[in-house]
Amino acid sequence: MTIKGKAYIAGIYEHPTRHAPDKSTAQLHAEVAKGAIEDAGLTKADIDGYFCAGDAPGGVMNMVDYLGLKVRHLDSTDTGGCSYLIHLGHAAEAIAAGKCSIALVTLAGKPRTGPMPPRAAGAEADFEAAYGATTHNAYGMCAMRHMHDYGTTSEQLAWIKVAASHHAQYNPHAMLKEVVTVEDVLNSPMISDPLRRMDCCVVTDGGGALIVTTPEIAKSLKKPLVRLIGHGEATKGPRGGKDLDLTHSAGLWSGPRAFEEAGVTPKDIKYASIYDSFTITVLMQIEDLGFCKKGEGGKFVADGNLISGVGKLPFNTDGGGLCSNHPVNRGGMTKIIEAVRQLRGEAHPKVQVKNCDLAVAHGTGGLLGVRHAASTCILERA
Amino acid sequence: MAEAKKYPTPQGNPETAPFWEAARQGKFMIKRCTACGEPHYFPRSICPFCFSDKTVWEESSGEATIYTFSLMRKSATGPYAIAYVTLKEGPSLQTNIVDCDMDKLEIGQKVKVVFKPTDGAPLPFFTPA
Repeated sequence: MTIKGKAYIAGIYEHPTRHAPDKSTAQLHAEVAKGAIEDAGLTKADIDGYFCAGDAPGGVMNMVDYLGLKVRHLDSTDTGGCSYLIHLGHAAEAIAAGKCSIALVTLAGKPRTGPMPPRAAGAEADFEAAYGATTHNAYGMCAMRHMHDYGTTSEQLAWIKVAASHHAQYNPHAMLKEVVTVEDVLNSPMISDPLRRMDCCVVTDGGGALIVTTPEIAKSLKKPLVRLIGHGEATKGPRGGKDLDLTHSAGLWSGPRAFEEAGVTPKDIKYASIYDSFTITVLMQIEDLGFCKKGEGGKFVADGNLISGVGKLPFNTDGGGLCSNHPVNRGGMTKIIEAVRQLRGEAHPKVQVKNCDLAVAHGTGGLLGVRHAASTCILERA
Repeated sequence: MAEAKKYPTPQGNPETAPFWEAARQGKFMIKRCTACGEPHYFPRSICPFCFSDKTVWEESSGEATIYTFSLMRKSATGPYAIAYVTLKEGPSLQTNIVDCDMDKLEIGQKVKVVFKPTDGAPLPFFTPA
């Protein structure tokens, strides 16, 4: 049993807003749903599966009611920012099993307008909550140890932001469109050692949505065909404190699962969407996915190697979370959307990868240095 | 020295109550599984490794080394050093390094447990040894 080739992404939509104080969160979900349904050339009545995560107001039942859907398959798996990558994999499973034929996945929210609700606490709360783990310092601790073990430098991390900024200059919706240099990044204020302000992603309101469907339905529609050929998911945490290693992520497990199912290797990949909550997130994922050996990520990302048309691994050609958009502090959705644009040939001409027929969309969710999940999707132009 | 930081009160539960009772006496406890021999932290009643229910409380030496850390400078209550430390007994755990010159912290540095008061049981932190 495999999901390889059994589900196609027929519709995508990224909300153009980056700040939406005049809209409700549910409204943003509806707007992105409408956008993706129209992109696919379908109608709301065609949707028979719905997927959403913790950003959906009231949860999956309330959203189905608000949107006026009538569905026969539901999934509200919440793994933070990579939820939507997992939803894509789960939608493919449901479609392959005949549980639904046209699935809608939505993400939306407004962290730029107002604070987000606190994360739900687990059994660890009394033993961790007082120590003030936040996104910044949980990723900072990973970067600190990675530098210690492998000699990774702040300059190498800075190249990741530089590459993202080169792409963002062509995205009219990007929050930060200015091209920056390694020096700019190194001169930005320290937030949580060793991560500086420009090592961090933007905080934006907005959202995005996907339509996932059967091969037959996708072929009856007008958009270029993009299919999922491999998917992996995994989680990682301190696990009782045994053999702690913050220099790798759960991507070390989700990546190989996805590549194996797809029957391809990292060498075959023409474009990579890689979650960039922080520069260190990208560096660790590139290693974990097998684009280079563990510890060599710093060398790999330096000197523009992630810039489209310049380097070997064009990444996040929309400007990514570092420069363009990070709706609801959850970057997985926009990772899928830009990968689909690349495979359709709809990316900006300045960043469109030539003959882009195979892409990876990968993300993590939760806190990389504490508990997190990872999901990897291998997408192919059909 | 700034005014003492206010820390949240541990809520406790039947599974972890002995940890907090020991903390009130200045003892830092971990759990060890008598079936597989592995220690773990934070404490569970069932071993997260072999899933045996034969876990027992054990007083830790409170001696540890810094595995990694980060100085959080963007904080309304002032900068703080979050860290993972690895106990002499084996388990690594999340904490803050306190009562120190935060700019001089290093991976591999020796630290020891120190308790800080809350409105309930005291909370464990680590400080340079």
